[in-house]
Amino acid sequence: MKMNRTIAAIAFVLVPLVSQGAGGGVPPLHAKTDFTNQKSLQNGARVFVNYCMGCHSMAFMRYSRMADDIGLEHDLVKENLMFNTDKIGDSMTIAMRADDASGWFGVAPPDLSVIARARGVDWLYTYLLTFYADSNPARPFGVNNLMFPDVGMPHVLWPLQGVQSYVKAERPAGVIAQHIEKIDPYDKGVRLHTAITVKDGDATHTTHVTDSLEVTIPGSMQPGEFRKSVRDLVNFLDYAGEPAKLVRFEMGYWVIIFLAVFALLARALYKDYWRDVH
Amino acid sequence: MKSMLIGLLDWTDARFPLSKLWNEHLAKYYAPKNFNFWYFFGSLALLMLVLQIATGIWLTMFYKPSAAEAFASVEYIMREVPMGWLIRYMHSTGASFFFLVVYLHMFRGLMYGSYKNPRELLWVFGMIIYLLMMMEGFFGYLLPWGQMSYWGAQVIISLFGALPFGLGEPLTLWIRGDYVVADATLNRFFALHVAAVPLALLALVAAHVMALHEVGSNNPDGIEIKKNKDANGIPQDGIPFHPYYTVKDIWGVAVCLILFAAVLFFAPTFFGYFIEQPNFVPANPLKTPEHIAPVWYFTPYYAILRAIPDKLTGVIAMFASVLVFFILPWLDRNPIKSIRYRGPLFKFLLGTFVVTFIVLGYLGTQAPTAGGSELGFRLGELYFSFFLIMWLYSKQRTHSFNYTVLGIVAVLFLFFDAIRYDPEKTSLMIVSSILVIGYYVVFVLGSMYTKLNEPKVVPERVT
Repeated sequence: MKMNRTIAAIAFVLVPLVSQGAGGGVPPLHAKTDFTNQKSLQNGARVFVNYCMGCHSMAFMRYSRMADDIGLEHDLVKENLMFNTDKIGDSMTIAMRADDASGWFGVAPPDLSVIARARGVDWLYTYLLTFYADSNPARPFGVNNLMFPDVGMPHVLWPLQGVQSYVKAERPAGVIAQHIEKIDPYDKGVRLHTAITVKDGDATHTTHVTDSLEVTIPGSMQPGEFRKSVRDLVNFLDYAGEPAKLVRFEMGYWVIIFLAVFALLARALYKDYWRDVH
Repeated sequence: MKSMLIGLLDWTDARFPLSKLWNEHLAKYYAPKNFNFWYFFGSLALLMLVLQIATGIWLTMFYKPSAAEAFASVEYIMREVPMGWLIRYMHSTGASFFFLVVYLHMFRGLMYGSYKNPRELLWVFGMIIYLLMMMEGFFGYLLPWGQMSYWGAQVIISLFGALPFGLGEPLTLWIRGDYVVADATLNRFFALHVAAVPLALLALVAAHVMALHEVGSNNPDGIEIKKNKDANGIPQDGIPFHPYYTVKDIWGVAVCLILFAAVLFFAPTFFGYFIEQPNFVPANPLKTPEHIAPVWYFTPYYAILRAIPDKLTGVIAMFASVLVFFILPWLDRNPIKSIRYRGPLFKFLLGTFVVTFIVLGYLGTQAPTAGGSELGFRLGELYFSFFLIMWLYSKQRTHSFNYTVLGIVAVLFLFFDAIRYDPEKTSLMIVSSILVIGYYVVFVLGSMYTKLNEPKVVPERVT
């Protein structure tokens, strides 16, 4: 026993714990977004404007910039994606006032211009996929979230996804702790691979169960289709967080090619000058 | 045409020491011919300074130093100013590269004894530059006005609150200009970041270069080239800085810029190390982030601060860990400059110091844990022990002297453990003490009972 504690102490000293990401400690899914995919960005913009922009602004983005960057005609954007203004050069603000909103939701919905940079695409993707029904009367909108427990936001994408239920697998008696180790999508929603620690007399042991968030009230999309839409939305948020992303990679290759040629010439010059140094 | 240019030069030289300066600092400044890889970092540091000043001037044209507008003005630069994102990333990546280059430059000094007689003042000027850079980095990090800007500044300023005799609170108030970090703080940090510190930096860099050119450059052999001069009074192992080292440094600059561009274009936030993720959330005085970490170049010192339970002692230890470099020339009096001619133990000592510094830096980026704090504390002890051993290795010590030093260290460290003793961490403290015991066994007993600390013969001329 004593020996075990010493070993544990050594492990503790040598392996500092890696800090967990924000919220719940659930390891997120991989969003696998691709900002070079214009179709995906366009669909993401459509979902964003229709479902998010009721409450969330994107104040550092202009409609015209968005249209030019993701390959949409200005007229098309004016007709289909602009509900708050008729000037294409306006920034993507909303009419809801922040103090009203904090009264309604407990906290004002944040501006989403750089949310993908603050949270990361994987977190956002998983967050949007893991709303589930929660009948606790303390939850004003009847839902909760796996990545962001007790979040103030309602499940605004429910017309698309439907409603997921947290289906718990049967557990042995005496569970004292549990945490989700890994999650992965499947045809009805998301599987949650959960490690549980069970008290077993004086000792404890760890075992695994698979819970799930299962769509029980269907929406207009199948879970697979819905995941694709969320991926497009997150892709759009990622682009919007840093529009320069669309150009900086290509520019980077040219700059490095130029510098590499320059470096070769500089090296030749240096070697030539140094021929007489021994 | 040519005679006209020569005429202009003569005209200028009669009124300003142009040719004289050119010759003294470049064309007739004789540098040792055996500079290696590590000697690129001086000129690269200068390059980074120029880059930071140039990009900084452009950023100043668009940035708004007010709590209400700062965050949005940075995003304005990132989105609407043509090529603004490039200038901003050059500045943010440049800050990290500047520190990286300067750390390598300082490590070069440690390896080859470049702080020793007659270069003590050169080293001290360099250390003042390093301190000014830290101030510059700290002031600059507040300017984007993100959560990490805000709370990082809040934490560091509150450190001054630990000062005794009732001085702490008034001092923090004086620094912030408000009861919390606020608009007033942002404005004064802006002034310090764009005017005061850069001016001081430039002056100190000039002094650093002048001091260098007065005493001459050290080299990887640690041999003074001025001791072997030819009939014309020119060092036999010296070559004119220009053109030899100017062309060589251009090659170094090119390679450095390739690495710089790779980060700048492909990973400008460098996985959250150069620009931290929470800094994309606007500063919010009412919401503390769950984990506050400074940028990587401060984290070794931050880890030392956090490892010590008492706040004032932690603050003192943190400042001491930076300032101890100042007295290094007077701690390490070993007559052999270069690591090449010192024993294997010294090489291992310096290597251990580098590992200590890097692991402390890593710990400083992580959320605090019991194990992390304990390791941080022990590594903090090793950090300061490095300077003690450098002093101990200054000359041949008697066994009784070494044992006296060991005894004093043992009493001191046991005293630290006694006052920070926590019954819940007993086994952790005992296990981690192996690090410190092992360190002293290797470096003190090792130098007493083995030949591992015996120097090699230093050659007459550079190799």
